[in-house]
Amino acid sequence: MTDRETGANTPDPTPDGGTDPTPDGDEDGGEPESATGAVIDALRENDLGLVITTLLLVYAGATLLTFTDGLNSVFGLMRTLTFLGLVYALSALALNLHWGYTGLFNIGVAGFMAVGVYTMGIVVRSPDPAFGPPGFGLPLPVGIIAGMAAAALIGLLAALPALRLKADYLAIVTLGLSEIIRLTLQSSAFDTFLRDTIGVGTGGGRGMGMPSNPVRELFLVDGRAGDPTAFGELVFGTVGEGGLGIANNIVVGWGYVLVLAVFLVGFYVLLERLGHSPFGRNLKAIREDELVADSLGKNVDLIKIKVFMIGCALMGLAGILWFGSQGNVSPTPQFMPLLTFYVFVAVIIGGSGSNTGSVIGGIVFAAVLFEGPRRAGSAVRGIIDAPTPQSFADAVVSLDPVAFLAFATDNVAPLQFIFLGLVLILIMHRRPDGLLGDRIETASAVDLSERSRGGDHDE
Amino acid sequence: MSSDTPDTSDLPEDTDVADDEPEANDSAVEEAAKRVPSGVPLRVEGLVKQFGGVTAVDGASFEVERGSLTGLIGPNGAGKSTTFNCITGVHEATAGNIYFKNEDITGMEPYQIAQKGLVRTFQIARELGGMSVLENLMLAPKNQIGESAIRSVTPGLRGGVIEEEAEIRERAWETLEFFEIEHLATENAENLSGGQRKLLEMARALMTDPEMVLLDEPLAGVNPTLEEKLLDRIHRLREDDYTFLLVEHDMNVIMNNCEHVIVMHQGNVLAEGTGEEIRNDERVIEAYLGEDV
Repeated sequence: MTDRETGANTPDPTPDGGTDPTPDGDEDGGEPESATGAVIDALRENDLGLVITTLLLVYAGATLLTFTDGLNSVFGLMRTLTFLGLVYALSALALNLHWGYTGLFNIGVAGFMAVGVYTMGIVVRSPDPAFGPPGFGLPLPVGIIAGMAAAALIGLLAALPALRLKADYLAIVTLGLSEIIRLTLQSSAFDTFLRDTIGVGTGGGRGMGMPSNPVRELFLVDGRAGDPTAFGELVFGTVGEGGLGIANNIVVGWGYVLVLAVFLVGFYVLLERLGHSPFGRNLKAIREDELVADSLGKNVDLIKIKVFMIGCALMGLAGILWFGSQGNVSPTPQFMPLLTFYVFVAVIIGGSGSNTGSVIGGIVFAAVLFEGPRRAGSAVRGIIDAPTPQSFADAVVSLDPVAFLAFATDNVAPLQFIFLGLVLILIMHRRPDGLLGDRIETASAVDLSERSRGGDHDE
Repeated sequence: MSSDTPDTSDLPEDTDVADDEPEANDSAVEEAAKRVPSGVPLRVEGLVKQFGGVTAVDGASFEVERGSLTGLIGPNGAGKSTTFNCITGVHEATAGNIYFKNEDITGMEPYQIAQKGLVRTFQIARELGGMSVLENLMLAPKNQIGESAIRSVTPGLRGGVIEEEAEIRERAWETLEFFEIEHLATENAENLSGGQRKLLEMARALMTDPEMVLLDEPLAGVNPTLEEKLLDRIHRLREDDYTFLLVEHDMNVIMNNCEHVIVMHQGNVLAEGTGEEIRNDERVIEAYLGEDV
C-alpha cells in the first residue's frame, strides 16, 4: 500500500531527484528517547564513551609530548588541556543553543562572557580591597547569579531591536555590542564614573582581580600555598606531593577541572532537555522557516528573546567559570572578538545542532588547534639543536630543513592560524556538518521512531 | 447568495465595488449574516493593499460561510495571494477590515491570527526541511505546555510534558494516516516529493486544530492521483465542520468542488456566486476565461 502510494507520487511534476522516500525508521534508532536522565542516555548511546575516548586520545597525545619531562609535566599538560577543553565545551554548548538550535547568528559571545565575569567580580569583590577596584562584597553564589542575570539582561537589550531583523543584522549588532562592552570595560572614564556613582569599579585597562577560588580554599586554608586543610592533607597525601608525587598546585587545578566537568554535565542535561521538548521544536522551526512557525501560531519574537536570554546567561556563566578562575581579568587580550571566533570554530567542528558535538568540538578545538600546536612546537624545538634563523627569508635561504623547522617551531603562533584555516577548509569540504552534525537530533520529549503510547516515562 | 458587504461609511473604494456588484444591494443577506455571527467566520471589508505605488488589492470585500468550501479565483495579478497574505497577517492591509468570528483581526500578527483558529498553507509548500515529518506535525498544536522552557527542564514538571507529547504524537500519527503519508513519518521533510509536501502542509495546518483553513493553491504541481486524494480529504474535513477558503488557478477544480466562488480581478471582487453562475457571468468570461480561450 505504502509502496504503491510512493510509486504514484514519483511521476510528480516536481520530482525530487530520485530520493524515493522509503519507510526508514531505523535511522532514528540511536536517538535519545528523552532528555530525562540525559547522562544515562548518553552513556547508553555511547555519547559519554565518545567524549571519554576523545579525552583519552588527547591525554595520549599529551603524554607523548611530555613523558620525558616527568609526571608533573604530563599531569600539568593534561590539566591545562582538560581545562581549556571544558571551558570551550561550555561556551560551545551555550552558542549551540543560539546558532545550532535556533539559527541565531550571535557573534558577540566574548561580550556576554565579559559581562558575566565582570558582574561577578564587581558583586563579589571586597568593598575595601588592598588593591584594584572596590566591589559590593557579596557572597560568590550571589555574584554568579548576578553575572548570569546581567548577561541575560544585556542579551535582552541586544535582542529587542535586533531579533526583528534578518540574521546578518543580528550578527552585526552582537559583534558591535561585544566590542562596545569590551571598550567600555577598558575605559578608565567608565571606571571612574562607576566609582563616583555607586562606589564600585571595573579597573579599566588594568583589569580586575578575581575573587579567590572556592575550590582552592577547599584544599588550602585561605588559598595559601603550603597551608592545606584537612581535606587538602588527605588528597595531597594520596595523589599529591606526599603520595604519587604530583605537585600540589596541579592537584588543586584538577579539583577545579572536576568542578567544570560537573557544570558541563549540568549544561548538557539542561540543553538536552530544552532541545527535546516542544520548546526545542519551536526553536528548530524558527531555524528552518520563521514564517511557518509564525503562521502556525508561534510567537516567534518572544521565543527568540527567551532563547537569546537563556543562551546569554549560559555564556555569562561560562565566562565566570573560565575567566573567573584565572586570577585576573582584563578586557583587551581576553575578550577580543577572536574568542567568539574560537567558540564558533568549536561549534562548527563538533557539528552545530548537536550538544554532544559541541562538547567534542570544544575538546578537540582546545587540544588540537588551540593549545596543541604550541606545545608540540616547543617540544619539537626542544629536540632540534640548531639556532633559529632571524627571519623567514633567512630560514628559506639557508636551504637547511633543520633551520627551517627550528624557525617554524619557534614561530608556532602565526602558523597555528594557517593550520586552523586548513582544518576549517578540510572540515567544510569533507564534513560540512561537523563531526556529529549529521546526527538527527529529534526535537521531542518522546521517541518518535515508534508509536507506542506512554512508554517513555523515565521521569 | 451574495455576501458582499459594501460598507461605504469609511472607504470610498467600496463605492466602486458596489457599483461593480449587481447583487451588492442584497442587504437582507448581509443583515442575516450579522445576526448569526457564527455563520460567517471570515469577513473581508474594503481591503486595500498598496506596495509603493502599486495597488495590489483595491477595496475587495467578501465573506466566507461556515462549513463551506469557498473558492477564490482570478487571473494572475488579480490580488488573490495578497488578499491571502493580508488576511493571515503576513502583510499589513493599507485600508479595510478583516473580521474572523466577528472579531476584527486587521493588523494582528500571523501567530495571533493562527491562535484564533485561522490557519493557512503556502503556495509553494514550506515544509520544515531539517525536521522529520512527525516533528513538522508535532510542532503545530497550539498551547503545548512543553513550549514553556521552564516546564521542559524542571524535573517535577517535565513528566506532564512527556505525557502531553505522547498524546500529540498519537494525534500526529492519526493525522498522517488520514492523509495516508504515515510511511513517511520519520523521514526528513526535505526528502518528500512536491505532492507529499502539500499533504504535509495540510496535515500540519490541521494539527493546529483550526476552525478555518486558507489553502493557497494546494493543488499546484500536484499530479492528478494526488490531487484527487487532496480534494477528497478536503471534502471529508468539510463534513467535520471545517471551513475552507481555497485559492486556485485551475478553474475546473474550483467549479467542480466549491459551492461558492469569488472571482477577483484587478484587486477587486468581480463576481460571486455558485460555479454555474460564475461560468455564465460574462464579465468573468471576459476577464478571466477570455485569456485562456
